[in-house]
Amino acid sequence: MKHTLSVLLQNKPGVLSRVTGLFSGRGFNIKSLSVAETLDPSLSCLTLVTTGSDPIVEQITKQLHKLIDVIKVTDISESEYVEREMALIRVKAENTTRAEVLRVIDIFRGKVVDVSPKSYAVEVTGSSSKIQAIIDILRPIGIKEIVRTGTIAMARAPK
Amino acid sequence: MGKMRGSEAIIQCLLEEGVKTIFGFPGGAVIDLYDDLMDSEVNHILVRHEQGAVHAADGFARVTGNVGVALLTSGPGATNGVTAIATAYMDSIPMVILTGQVPTALIGNDAFQEVDIVGITRPCTKHNYLVSKAEDLVPTIREAFHIAQTGRPGPVLIDLPKDIVASIVDFTEKKPIRMQNYQPTYEPHMGQIEKACKQILKAKQPVLYVGGGVILSNASKELTELAQKLNIPVTMTLMGLGAYPGSDKLSMGMLGMHGSYTANMAVAKSDVLIAVGSRFDDRVTGRVDAFAPHAKIIHIDIDPTSISKNVTVDIPIVADCKHSLTAMNSWLDNSGENLGEVCDSHNPWIETVDEWTKKHPMTYIDEGEVIKPQYVIEKLDELTHGDAIITTEVGQNQMWAAQFYKFNKPRRLITSGGLGTMGYGLPAAIGAKMAFPEATVIDVAGDGSIQMNIQELATAKQYNCNVIVCILNNNYLGMVRQWQELFYDKRYAATVMEVTPDFCALAEAYGAVGIRATKTSEVEGVIKEALEKVKESTVILDFRIAREEGVFPMVPAGKATTEMLLV
Repeated sequence: MKHTLSVLLQNKPGVLSRVTGLFSGRGFNIKSLSVAETLDPSLSCLTLVTTGSDPIVEQITKQLHKLIDVIKVTDISESEYVEREMALIRVKAENTTRAEVLRVIDIFRGKVVDVSPKSYAVEVTGSSSKIQAIIDILRPIGIKEIVRTGTIAMARAPK
Repeated sequence: MGKMRGSEAIIQCLLEEGVKTIFGFPGGAVIDLYDDLMDSEVNHILVRHEQGAVHAADGFARVTGNVGVALLTSGPGATNGVTAIATAYMDSIPMVILTGQVPTALIGNDAFQEVDIVGITRPCTKHNYLVSKAEDLVPTIREAFHIAQTGRPGPVLIDLPKDIVASIVDFTEKKPIRMQNYQPTYEPHMGQIEKACKQILKAKQPVLYVGGGVILSNASKELTELAQKLNIPVTMTLMGLGAYPGSDKLSMGMLGMHGSYTANMAVAKSDVLIAVGSRFDDRVTGRVDAFAPHAKIIHIDIDPTSISKNVTVDIPIVADCKHSLTAMNSWLDNSGENLGEVCDSHNPWIETVDEWTKKHPMTYIDEGEVIKPQYVIEKLDELTHGDAIITTEVGQNQMWAAQFYKFNKPRRLITSGGLGTMGYGLPAAIGAKMAFPEATVIDVAGDGSIQMNIQELATAKQYNCNVIVCILNNNYLGMVRQWQELFYDKRYAATVMEVTPDFCALAEAYGAVGIRATKTSEVEGVIKEALEKVKESTVILDFRIAREEGVFPMVPAGKATTEMLLV
């Protein structure tokens, strides 16, 4: 089962290494990981996507919480949440395909962020599956380079 | 209060925490601190190898319950300490390790004797710090002591760059430490206590399975009260030995791989298993699905990660062992239940337990004048009235000590349980003796593991720290040899110690006394002599034991604990 954990951390050197070391040392999975400062610059928020059975994910949550520099761990996939990823994709765009690439980008509500005579660089955001979908569509046209972020996620406000 | 050198502030912090003895080894990066230590009230014990310093501080911590402190220099000094830090981490021992570091301006430059010790020890410390600003020095040391000894205790390392130690810092007043992100739960949830007590009252075949957590939280008295209040047999893990009096009729001794037949059978047949401060380690459970298969499991542990990690628990209680047992005792006293009747109702169960002990007691085969190691331990127990502090190395010596010495009080068995570190016993014995100079301290050793930190005999000599090293000498790495005998067709790969020093001559070289025994009839006299001579000098006893003696009972790895190989 896929779980998305939101982890509030002290924004100090070495903290990320404590988290990743915990995962590698105990054989837990990291599917993706994304971390940045919060509004309070002394804290950072880390979104981590992992997979495992319920007991494993419970252990992961408890072990994370045991790290002194970890303040809060929430398994946000336990309730309603929104998640986003971003990808920058450089796709071949030559005479015959330029128009088609633009149409695809438009369908996925992407943006062209760099243009050259032979390619477009596209910015696209969305859920993991949406990013995967545009990649699948663009692949036959010719993807030259791709950079993806990890997932970031936020619980939905209570109704 | 006020301004002082970093090194002075460190010493002030130690004194503030009540630290009077530290163990260490100097070097360039900590030379400033040593300079100030020389004139301070803190007593520094110079070891011969940094691993010895950390083990000694660990032994000191285990016998006293206070934070043990070690001081090492940067680079190799720090890395030499890593095995001992991991040892303390696995057994949850409260310690603060101070390591020197190259000046902040040189960090990351591959400077002389530079190593990223904070990176190296991240997975084997409870927490660690690199002090990068002078104003952080004092608060960091205070926080480190707080973390080391609260919650589930553990070692905390502080890396001290040379320029920070030499700089002028503000020694501020100590305030209570409150950390937003670290607040261990001491008090049990009363609803869970009630549930647990009700479950225990329903039990017909209850077992208390007790670990090192009871010793760490000084809960022996409360545990004993609970066991005796309800007439519940008790088994202990290696780390828990002494938590309940080993000579008492309710004690079943140790459980697990080399546990007693009784203890393993009782756990297997129990209907309620009360795990207190124990962590369902693989050496205890054997094959997990066959461990206490019929029991409702109650688990008290201050560390939430211990709960349902290896074995699914029915009633978890995340809290301090002492607080929880106190709450359970008082709930039971006020429950209105006739506790005398409950006790009586357990009598058939106790009879079953006693039958197991009669059928398969902890025993060995007498071979006349060939010295049996178990006999040596029995004699040690008898001649020290079960009241010595026993440290051990790791392997057969450790298991025989655990099986045949009756630990009646907590903090009497000082052994590397989780990590199983050979070379632990001698430095730990020195640490224990430093804490209690009047106590009889005996390191039960094998001829293999004693050689891993034998250089500490010089430390013992220098500080008149007289201990007995009882070597059960079989010229083998005995435990591995036993596995090879049983599971590898007696192919003794790399376990025959073809060259072993003359331990008596070695003792003399270090200014200690060496005595050898080669026959059973000599054992008692030799131990008596050692107990006399240790008043003046460290004594090495070289017992030439039955070479291929094994440790039994034994549960082969991966088997159920009821599938024991017996004597």
